[in-house]
Amino acid sequence: MNARVRAVLRKELREFRRNKLVVGTMAALPVIFVALPLTSVLAVKAGTPLLAIKGVVGGAGLGLFLVPLLLPTIVAGYAVVGEREQGTLEPVLSTPVRREELLIGKALAAIVPTVAIAYALFTLFVIVVRLFAVPEVLTLVWRPAQVVAIVLFTPLLVAFSIWVGLAISVRSSDVRVAQQLATLAVLPMAGLLALFTFRVVSPNVMTAIVGAVLLLVIDVGAWRVVSGLFDRERLLTRYGGP
Amino acid sequence: MEAAIRARGLTKRFGARSAVEDVTFDVPVGEVFGFLGPNGAGKTTTVRVLSTLVRPTAGTAEVAGIPVSEESGAEIRNQISVMTETPGLYLRLTVFDNLEYFAGLYGIPPRDARERILAALDAVGMAGRLGDRAGALSKGLRQRVALARALLPDPRVLFLDEPTSGLDPVATREVRELIDGLRDRGVTVFLTTHRLEEAERLCDRIAILNTTLRIVGTPADLRRTLFSPALEVSTVAPITDPGELFASVRGVDGWDSTGSASYRVSVHQPMAVAPDLARAIVASGVGLVHLSEATHSLEDVYLQLVRDDVEAAR
Repeated sequence: MNARVRAVLRKELREFRRNKLVVGTMAALPVIFVALPLTSVLAVKAGTPLLAIKGVVGGAGLGLFLVPLLLPTIVAGYAVVGEREQGTLEPVLSTPVRREELLIGKALAAIVPTVAIAYALFTLFVIVVRLFAVPEVLTLVWRPAQVVAIVLFTPLLVAFSIWVGLAISVRSSDVRVAQQLATLAVLPMAGLLALFTFRVVSPNVMTAIVGAVLLLVIDVGAWRVVSGLFDRERLLTRYGGP
Repeated sequence: MEAAIRARGLTKRFGARSAVEDVTFDVPVGEVFGFLGPNGAGKTTTVRVLSTLVRPTAGTAEVAGIPVSEESGAEIRNQISVMTETPGLYLRLTVFDNLEYFAGLYGIPPRDARERILAALDAVGMAGRLGDRAGALSKGLRQRVALARALLPDPRVLFLDEPTSGLDPVATREVRELIDGLRDRGVTVFLTTHRLEEAERLCDRIAILNTTLRIVGTPADLRRTLFSPALEVSTVAPITDPGELFASVRGVDGWDSTGSASYRVSVHQPMAVAPDLARAIVASGVGLVHLSEATHSLEDVYLQLVRDDVEAAR
């Protein structure tokens, strides 16, 4: 990681720590997204038909995936339009920092805490399920395909969400509108994830890996779009850019 | 003469609107160059083109010897520093955090950053406010921090947009001394300001822009170009027949009344004509109160040019 990316990352993390809205959202949303799935899987009684249990676990899995999908939009939606609102964008763009360095620094600042939170929530979910849920639920949750999917999908979903958030932030003129639009824009991805968590697509390690590769391709495409949109002239005026 | 900034036919249009049209000028290394013009004249756009933030529609430019282009953007921005009109600080961060971030963006090694930050803050009288949250500072203090941020990379060319806006008289004076000091160190300063007296005091040369470049030169050049030499005359009572009196003096080209007993007399050589004019007035029996060479401030020059533009636009 070069010095400029490090500088952007450090500054972003410092700013987030002092932003009550960001801290509050980053704390509250994960609690909701882990509490709902836990409640549903712990409510499953012994002897419940397997199909019903699969439905409950599928919903819980989708809930857990919403954390890496939705949480970064809060940060990424703010990333560029927030700078524009407080007048810091032009001084930053006047420095030698390259757009890739700025974007990667901002993305890392969202990826690091979100991935950590998502992994921590999944670990907590598995521990609680192991201790308190009926064995049928544990069998469905603690499967190699599920674990591989969580491990691989989480950073890729976070990255996707960040690129979408940044793309909207670049074009938006209001922080809240940018955050709301970014949240809406990533929801179709939840539909794709549902195919996996509800076992419409056969949930095995191979499909998890194929899914991860597909997500990676989408991420690279999204990165290219965001990088192209991030044009100094367009950011400062409404003209220019690709 | 080595040019720190060179613009040739620089033009920037936003859609159908022309922000800057066919602007050509040079700024030698180490000069403090004033860039004046009414709101919307294209000053900020010119600075943005020169600092590679927006692309010119036509024309070329060089900054610090590097041609302005998409590819050379980072290289140019490494040699320059821009202080924007609004301070643009991260209000939740401390003064030190703000400057440390920009030190990082300029690639200043962390081991040197603290020393450079302290030196920059010291130069603007803010060394004691290192740990203050930027949001808790007054507008004037934020402006000073922004100036410290601009000094941080030790730039070869410094673009300053209204650097004394919001500052009290003492701080204003300190900033002006700072700019003088930068000139002594060979830093080229491109100063955008609405304060004409500040431009006159600080700038070696001045350009007045109103989409097109209206004039460039030293303040004295600008006066000479726009205003013909004249003598200002005041008398105790109105002269009975000023036309006849002034015509009788050799070297007088014309005259205007500027009050009930005051006149502006156009001449080619004020120093040569003044004694004869004084004698003629006294000989006419009218008491002479005042006779001096007419002076024009930069404000007169500015207003003359801008008024011309307004009238031309009607």
